Amino acid sequence: MNHTSARRFGVIACALALGMPAWAALAPLDLGSRAALFEIPHGTWARRMAGDPVEILPERIRLTLGLQDLLELRNLDEVPQMFGPTLMMPGQSFRLPFAKAGIYDFACTAHASGQMRIIVDPYPATPWARLAWRARNGLDRLTGRATRGIPQGVNE
Amino acid sequence: MLRMPLLACCLLFALAPCAASGSTLIAGVFDPPRAAPELGLEGTHGRTLDLAEYRGKVVILGFGFTSCSDVCPVTLAVLAQARKQLGPLADQVQVVYVTVDPATDTAERMREYLALFDPGFVGGTGSEEALKAVRKEYGIVANRQAKDGSDYTYAHSSYVFLIDPQGMVRALMPYGHSADDFAHDARVLLGEG
Repeated sequence: MNHTSARRFGVIACALALGMPAWAALAPLDLGSRAALFEIPHGTWARRMAGDPVEILPERIRLTLGLQDLLELRNLDEVPQMFGPTLMMPGQSFRLPFAKAGIYDFACTAHASGQMRIIVDPYPATPWARLAWRARNGLDRLTGRATRGIPQGVNE
Repeated sequence: MLRMPLLACCLLFALAPCAASGSTLIAGVFDPPRAAPELGLEGTHGRTLDLAEYRGKVVILGFGFTSCSDVCPVTLAVLAQARKQLGPLADQVQVVYVTVDPATDTAERMREYLALFDPGFVGGTGSEEALKAVRKEYGIVANRQAKDGSDYTYAHSSYVFLIDPQGMVRALMPYGHSADDFAHDARVLLGEG
């Protein structure tokens, strides 16, 4: 690599190093849907009866006010199912909106801990908050620590 | 000539979002709603506790126990406050509290306990089997846990159900909501929201 190429590479690297955080801090946030959707697919009960431990709802769900602040559960199976905090009939859906940031714990028999935790973060209003939100969101996705549901209308 | 209809249209469009938000429940909503499973328990009002008795009213149904030191007293205090806020509509809202601890919670004990919050509250108790069957129908979790010495507590579902005047389970309000929220949703279910 000659001197000119090295300088060009350095300029690009600097632009990326400055540009990425600037984008993360200033670009508007949009998750597409306010709902974090979780579905019990058709046939889940039969799979469980056959010994397949089907895991649908994570132990921890992270939501953000103003971006994704609605938990939506759907039971597409043929039998009633305990789904997170509540019992749901076949074909029934449950939509739980959150209006305040905080930590919400629900008794849940589907998890070994007996609890399901929903963390509702405040809306990241400032550039610094948006940067931190994007960083935490990316980290959560990488480590699988929190789940934000599947896009609306998409079955597992 | 055209000013009045134009003004009316503008007013209609301006008020539409208010009307929409006013008629939306704050609680989590079931779609479609299902008929509330019957209780058939021993009521603190001296007769069998059946939800059919309260058709035409909004029923707020919770589960807990009289020795509960944190969740139940808060929930019951909030519900009592909500009924006060409802004023004349309070008579159309019935709070029903079902025990998860039949070993301790006799009908008499529950009556005295609930009256501390609101004498209009009705409690339900019964055999362990009967209460377990009711909890299963509603998907309520209640696990007895040992505390220090011979003391014990129950880890139980802390949310309450909102049942409309037709006897359908319409919504579920998680723990932590204010009296304002309950009063709002009661008004919506009564068609006054």
